[in-house]
Amino acid sequence: MAFQFNDEMKKQFEWLKQRYPTRQAVLLPALRLVEAQQGFVDEPSMEYVARELDLAPAFVNGVFTFYSHYRRKSDGEHVVWVCHTLPCALRGACKILEAFQEHLKLGVGETSADGKFTLKKAECLGSCTTHPVAQINEDYFENLTPEKVRDIVLALKNGEKPPHLSNGPSLEGGMKHWGPLADAYPEGK
Amino acid sequence: MIVKDFKPVLFDGAYVKGGWTLENYEKKGGYQAARKVLAMPRDPATNNIPAMIEEVKKSNLRGRGGAGFPTGMKWSFVDYKSKKNRYLAVNCDESEPGTCKDRVVVTYNPHMLIEGILICMHTCGIENGYVYIRGEFCVEFQHLVNAMAEAYKAGYLGKNVFGSGHTFHVTPHRGAGAYICGEETGLLSSLEGDRGYPKVKPPFPAVEGAWRSPTVVNNVQTLSSLPGIVNMGAEAWSKIGPERNSGSMVYCVSGHVNKPGLYEMPMHVTLKELIEEVCGGISDGLKAKAIIPGGSSMPVLRVDGKGYKASNGKDLTDDYNIRMDYDTLKNANTLLGSAAVIVMHEKTCMVSALYNLVRFYHHESCGQCTPCREGSGWLEKLVGRIYRGKGKPGDLETLLSVAGQMSGTTICLLADSVAMPVGAFVTKFREEFEHYVQHGKSMIADPIKL
Repeated sequence: MAFQFNDEMKKQFEWLKQRYPTRQAVLLPALRLVEAQQGFVDEPSMEYVARELDLAPAFVNGVFTFYSHYRRKSDGEHVVWVCHTLPCALRGACKILEAFQEHLKLGVGETSADGKFTLKKAECLGSCTTHPVAQINEDYFENLTPEKVRDIVLALKNGEKPPHLSNGPSLEGGMKHWGPLADAYPEGK
Repeated sequence: MIVKDFKPVLFDGAYVKGGWTLENYEKKGGYQAARKVLAMPRDPATNNIPAMIEEVKKSNLRGRGGAGFPTGMKWSFVDYKSKKNRYLAVNCDESEPGTCKDRVVVTYNPHMLIEGILICMHTCGIENGYVYIRGEFCVEFQHLVNAMAEAYKAGYLGKNVFGSGHTFHVTPHRGAGAYICGEETGLLSSLEGDRGYPKVKPPFPAVEGAWRSPTVVNNVQTLSSLPGIVNMGAEAWSKIGPERNSGSMVYCVSGHVNKPGLYEMPMHVTLKELIEEVCGGISDGLKAKAIIPGGSSMPVLRVDGKGYKASNGKDLTDDYNIRMDYDTLKNANTLLGSAAVIVMHEKTCMVSALYNLVRFYHHESCGQCTPCREGSGWLEKLVGRIYRGKGKPGDLETLLSVAGQMSGTTICLLADSVAMPVGAFVTKFREEFEHYVQHGKSMIADPIKL
């Protein structure tokens, strides 16, 4: 069946349309809503967004491919981004990457056969004072050591909440995206 | 000189879980500054508050995103005669390697940012603002959404805020992984729903920015400084720190130090004090060798000062005792940038460190301008060749020549951001590069693996 937004995403999408002076400006958030609904952005969903926003599908595809952080259909359930830019590299990002490769049995850019994990190298994740850092789906894992990597991978493989989560606010109940704002101010404008 | 009795402003309450609620912020006197500013009437002719713009000018607040441009000046350049809507774009893209302060402000003090946004929007007569937050910051984005929802529920955003009769809307806009969107015009392209391609300046965003309308683009930390300025008064605020370098700075110290972290303090501090006293010295009991003072695109400092001269021809032997403010660092041919201090100890191979950086910039070049798209690729190949032990005589001259031809030839500053570190690394640590080319390996035992 062709892709379309479910009720929750439709609500947020309509709310977002109120917030920008042009339809095109809703494109980046709309692709995030697609990702939130089905876990990845693919061609049918991009065509749907293009139609909804009066944009050419080729334009939407061109914008989508410019950005590296949207989830692709080929990505695994857990996308592991290991930062390897200078501050992390100085503090042993290489060993962290090796540990992920060893425990996931994956090379960089590969996805496991069961579709559970994808391993990618990231350019600066913006958490440079808590290096080395990796991001798995939404969460940051800071001050990593090869031992922490082992524990994190083991927990994820067993379907448990991984240890060593970043000490910031936690995402109890998962990502709600623009939902809380749309609820707090439904009229949008 | 470390100011001992300085009390953090932006990082007040940082790292306290749950301290980020509206209730807690108001207990500390939050939103009083915004109430005060929103009670001031706008000039009907220009729909702004000239007195507030003057106040911000007087405070000497300089943009904390990296360029250090005076904020009040930026606000005064907005085309107030234009009949178009004005917009505010808040830069929380924070992608410069070494920089991680905005993330902490958004996490632990989101309402200070919202209050700063309100002050800016009312002063410049803006109804719609957008916070461009980088795509990787998922939790931080959600956290900011929740804080804004709190503000909307309390009536601090929306219609007729604090009885001013004015409407203020702020929308968090999520990026999706592109360093170039931290450049202001690239950010605006991305906000408009396009690839994050920077645009030619002029026209500057203040005249023609988002949707070809006058747009104020400010960094998170800059805006979060505003409540403090209003509460304290611009005069008093301008006296924090050295002259013309007012207010507190958040130093993000990473790399080979014992206590990496974010430290908020006035800009009196010297590099040596920051490293030795604040950050507990260099890790493993080693000595500092090279320090990037303001994010990876800024020219590196050589701690022993050997091998290069200052612009006035004098030997620089005291880079380590340099004061960490905008003007002092500029005189030393580098820049404070985003105050992201990346420290490398004596066992760091400079060739591999530079290779890491040029790879980053090549990866992040948006591909619009030939000198940057091709030049950053050539630099990566050249440094990579040296790194793999295949360097040839003359490679260093080629490197410097390519870097020299990239500066100032492109739409945005990304080309300069890679040319500057290449020039500084190769010039200041020339003997290390020459050794690598000559012997096919580093003079340091354990180069950074990539």
